[in-house]
Formats: sequence, C-alpha cells, structure tokens
Amino acid sequence: MLKIKNLKASVEGKMILNGINLEVKPGEVHAIMGPNGSGKSTLASVLAGREDYQIEGGEVEYIGKDLLDLSPEERAREGVFLAFQYPVEIPGVSTTNFLKAALNQVREHHGKPALDAVSFLKLMKEKMALVEIDQALLSRSLNEGFSGGEKKRNEIFQMAMLEPKLAILDETDSGLDIDALRIVANGVNKLKTRDNATILITHYQRLLDYIVPDFVHVLYKGRIIKSGDKSLALQLEEKGYDWIKEEADTVSA
Amino acid sequence: MSKDNQILEELTKSDYKYGFHSDIETESAPKGLNEDIVRFISAKKEEPEWMLEWRLSAYRHWLTLKEPTWQNVTFPEINYQDIIFYAAPKQKISPKSLDEVDPELRATFEKLGISFDEQKRLTGVAVDAVLDSVSVATTFKSKLGELGIIFCSFSEAVREHPELVKKYIGSVVPVNDNYFSALNSAVFSDGSFCYIPKGVRCPMELSTYFRINAMNTGQFERTLIVAEEGSYVSYLEGCTAPMRDENQLHAAVVEIFAAKDAEVKYSTVQNWYPGSKEGKGGIYNFVTKRGLCSGDGSKISWTQVETGSAVTWKYPSCILKGDNSIGEFYSVAVTNNYQQADTGTKMIHIGKNTRSRIVSKGISAGKSQNSYRGQVKVMKRAEGARNYSQCDSLLLGDKCGAHTFPYIDVENPLAIVEHEATTSKIGEDQIFYCNQRGIATEDAVALIVNGFAKEVMNQLPMEFAVEAQKLLAISLEGSVG
Repeated sequence: MLKIKNLKASVEGKMILNGINLEVKPGEVHAIMGPNGSGKSTLASVLAGREDYQIEGGEVEYIGKDLLDLSPEERAREGVFLAFQYPVEIPGVSTTNFLKAALNQVREHHGKPALDAVSFLKLMKEKMALVEIDQALLSRSLNEGFSGGEKKRNEIFQMAMLEPKLAILDETDSGLDIDALRIVANGVNKLKTRDNATILITHYQRLLDYIVPDFVHVLYKGRIIKSGDKSLALQLEEKGYDWIKEEADTVSA
Repeated sequence: MSKDNQILEELTKSDYKYGFHSDIETESAPKGLNEDIVRFISAKKEEPEWMLEWRLSAYRHWLTLKEPTWQNVTFPEINYQDIIFYAAPKQKISPKSLDEVDPELRATFEKLGISFDEQKRLTGVAVDAVLDSVSVATTFKSKLGELGIIFCSFSEAVREHPELVKKYIGSVVPVNDNYFSALNSAVFSDGSFCYIPKGVRCPMELSTYFRINAMNTGQFERTLIVAEEGSYVSYLEGCTAPMRDENQLHAAVVEIFAAKDAEVKYSTVQNWYPGSKEGKGGIYNFVTKRGLCSGDGSKISWTQVETGSAVTWKYPSCILKGDNSIGEFYSVAVTNNYQQADTGTKMIHIGKNTRSRIVSKGISAGKSQNSYRGQVKVMKRAEGARNYSQCDSLLLGDKCGAHTFPYIDVENPLAIVEHEATTSKIGEDQIFYCNQRGIATEDAVALIVNGFAKEVMNQLPMEFAVEAQKLLAISLEGSVG
C-alpha cells in the first residue's frame, strides 16, 4: 500500500528526514517511536503534503501512485488521513458541516453522489457510537474551546466518517487521560480492517497496550534506526532511548 | 424546493452571474440633470403638484451641496450631467396582473431566479421588482390587502395613498440630510412602499428586487416602510446589475418608521456588479438607510450582506427615540479585487433604556479596501442606554486593507458602551487542515469565511441564507493562490 524509499525532507533549509525507508501493507499497524526532534511529526506532515516541508529526495508510492505528486486534498480523497497532533480551530464551522463538506468532496472524487441529509445523519450516528462522542460537541465550532481529549476524539470521529485506507495518527495519545486513551484506542481498533493500514506516531508505549502494533520502528535523526515487533516498544519503555541512540551514533560515526 | 435548487444551480457557477443584459425597450430621459429633468420625471409619474414641489426643493438644495469626501474610498469624479436619471421599461398600460407583464421582462426576472409564478405558489414571499428605477410587478397584493397591509410601488403609493406618503416621506431621512439623499429626493423614479397597520403581523417576507439594466443610467429608488403600533414586518432587498465597463451610480434612500412596540427587520443582499478583476466598471453604491424607532419599545434590525459594487458607501442607522427601543445592525461586507467599501452604522440613543447591538464582519481580499465606520451616540437624556459593538475583520492575502473607524460619543454618565474589534488572517494551517480532509482550497476559504460570518448570516431569513452563503464563496473565488 505504502512504499517509502530513501525519503529526505527539510524545513527552512534544515534537513529533518535523512532517508526514510518503510513499507506498509494493508491490514498492518506500524508504530513509529523516537525521542523528541527525531522527525516523527515531520514524516506525518510530509506524507499528508504540508507545504512547509521541502522534499529533498526519495520517493513515496501509495496504492500504485506517486504520493508526492498529489496535492494534499487529492491525497486525502485517495484515503490518506492524518489525525493532527494539534487539531486546528475553525470558528463558526461545526464538525458536522465540516465533515459534510469533506465527505462529499471525497465522494465526488470517487464518482459517487453527495449524501443527502438523512443518510449523512444516519452515518454520523453510527460512527458517533464507535468513538463515544456526543452530538452536542459536533454542533459546536470545530475544535474551538474543545478540551485536549475532545479534540483527539473528534479527530478519530472524523477518521471514522471518512474511512481512510491509510490513517496516520500523530501523537494522538498525548494529553489524554486513561479513559480518553481507552476510548480513542477502542475507536481505532474498531475501525481496523484487512484492507486499511495505520501508522501510529507516539512517544510512549502506553498507547501500544491498547492498539497492538505489528511493527515498531525507532526514528532517530531522521532515519529509522531499528525495527522490530511490539516487544521493541516494551524494551524502549524499560530502557529509554539512550542505548539505541548510542548504537546508532556509533554506527554512523 | 425547486427554488432552492435553482438558486444553488445559478450560484454554483463562477464569475458574476447577473451580468446579462435584457433587450427590453426602455423609455428614458435625456442625459444630465436640471429642473426640467426633475419636472420630466414627475410628469412621467403623473405626480401631484406637492410631490413635484418636494422634488424641486430637494434639487435646489442639492445644488448648494458639495459631494462629500470624508469617506475612506477613492473614485473618479462623477459627472452628473452624463447620467440618465430616468429609464423605464416601455410598457403602455400598467399591468393589472402578472400575466400582463412583458414576457421579456419576466424572463429577466426568471434569470435572476425570481419566478413570479413560483413565488406566488410556493414561498410566501411577496416581491416588488424594480428594474431600471421602475417598479414592475408586485405580487401577493390582494392577499396582503385583506390584512390592511399596503405593499406597492412608490409611484402607486403616491397616487393611491398620498396622505401616508406625504406624512412620512423625508420624515426619517430629510431632503437636506446629505448630498446623495438630496439627489435621490429630486430624481427618485420609483421604489417600494410598505405600510403595516396597527397590531398586524405581516405573515410573509416582503421583498424588493432591484436591477439596473439600461446603460448609463443611475438608479435612484426610494423605499418607505411604516410600521404602526405593535406591528411586525420582515423586509428583504436584493440587487444585481449587468456587467458594463463604465461605472453606474446607485443612490437609494430607505426610510423606516416604527411606532410604539413595532418591529421591522430589514435584510439586504447586495450583489451589484463589482467591476472587472482589473477594477474597470462596477456600481457606485451610495445609499442612505435610516430607521426611526419613534415609539416606546420599538425595534429596527438591519442585516446586510454586501458582496457587490465597485464602491460601497452606506450606513444603515437607527435613531432610538422611543424609550426602551432597540436598534440592531448585522453586517457582512466582502471586498475583492479593486472593490472598496466604507460601511457601518449609526446608533443614536435618545430615549431612556435604549439598546443597540452592532455586529460587523469585514472580509477583504485581492487589492480591496474594507472599512467599518460606526457611530454610537448617547444623548443626555438617554439614561440606561446600552450599546455593544463587535467589529471583526478577516484578511485574505497581503495586498488588501481592513480599517475600523468607531466614533463613540456619550453624554449620559449612566450609559454603557462596549466596543470589541479583532483582525485576523485565514491561517495556512486552517486551509491545510481542510485540505487534509479532502476539501479543496477554494472551498476551504468559503467554509472558513462563512464560519466567520455565521453570526450575521444567522440573522437572514431562510430564503436569503442559502443565496448569501453561495455569494460569499463566489465573491472570493480566485482570492487565494
């Protein structure tokens, strides 16, 4: 589904990604971990197409297409979803209206007619139950005055509505208390199918107690320096990042 | 429902959609302005002597005035001798029913999305349409008549209800009020008149549709709304004009009189031709709108969505004379390309415990300039007066301007006046967030702008809300690269 080859990217002249290689297949869950400043969120932003980042080399193939050649909205319509670390406020626009605009543009892209109000509402109710989100929240201005937990839950709700092929969750666990974490994780798990894939970007292994990854990768200085299964995450939890950093620094030196 | 679809269909195409010109034979006065032209107009309208005298006094006063220059807009000097002050669609006998209206004329209105048949059947909106200064058709007259409501063209009101016109014309906006109101008073060719008797709640939205069709003509219409004690009316006004390279002048006057406990809600969606992307042509929209809350407990509410015109210059105002009277002003003004708008309101608190609320949302894009200018004046005897003003500006791009000129003048120490203002830009992160959900940039801008203007849009009657939302989006098309 997703093949990243030697991807390099910079921001304001500073190299952040120094050659990322990663393959994600349908049905898989990949966790990307790493210390602060290792390039985790940059990777998420580059895959989603944020303009602030300059691609310096490499390629990304997504369902047979050149991902880097697509505009951010085309990527979204083709099923790439980014759950934002810091969801953006849009005053005066309710989540409901926002999603209606989004869903209908995605549908149009796939040659499907716009959903009528009744079907849209029905779909909403169904997905609301998945992430245990309250309808009142969806009528409020998008993310405006939402608590940290509400914002993250709202991101997962949007994901449920848009049913992406590739979901990238950028530190969705940060700022969540244990109950919110459980709800968010449950939502993600329920949305998992054989045909879609998830990339979890996280600091902590805590999230991985709830969403069990097939692969864990450690990102450091813009490179994946170690990959393994979920036991790697436990190792990191226990020993921190230092041992792995040292290993990497020794190799590159 | 099919009306909604029609509106949606019309409005989802880009560019100025009302730029068509209809081949309707018109009868017009020679270019220029002098006493003979004023007499000509009055004679054409078969007006009584007092009406002519009123016009002439206005004209003579106008001659003593100078065009004002204090507004924050620039435009080439207007040559008043180069304007045709009267143009009427040729039609020999005034129509008794809609079926008698010139088919070409009706086709024009159908293009505008106001089909009279449908209006009649479905919506319950009574429409008075003004084409090139002359009122063409008023629907629903008989139905309203049963309630004692008068809703007709201004000319007809002068003929049929001279005592009412005489009593109220110029009572809120006097002849000598300002340069353009004096000009309008001299040469106004038609407009709408509306009278709601005591205790009557008008059961439908009354609506006027203005359109300039002929070349080189100015449009000078006059609207007079009188709401007697305890009555209620909601009034809608919409405007369009064909695309032309030269500028055209629109100088209207709207007067509202509200007696004790009467409530008038006046909504405008102004979509005059804004000029080309390079700033050529477009309408000069210089309008005087004022409401007098004459009786205690009366209320006048202005809502405007201003997307058109090359230059807009207007301040729908409320004089809060009656104790406990309420004035409201809700405005969205959008400027793009080379458009200029200097708009706002005046709230004059005279009576005790009078309240006013101002919500202004300015959106500037392209190389446009958008100014809010508002005056809140609390007179000495206006004990317990309250005002709340909120002025928000949204900028798209870095070549446009947003300006706020609030004037606050309080003579009563017990008054409470609040003013809040914000200026913001549409953030790249907001656009990216929308993009990431599959929403194209232009649609994202429309979504964000509509959200920004929501508080005002919510004030619009349903019939206009959809159209206004689409208008905002269209006006800003191509404003984000």
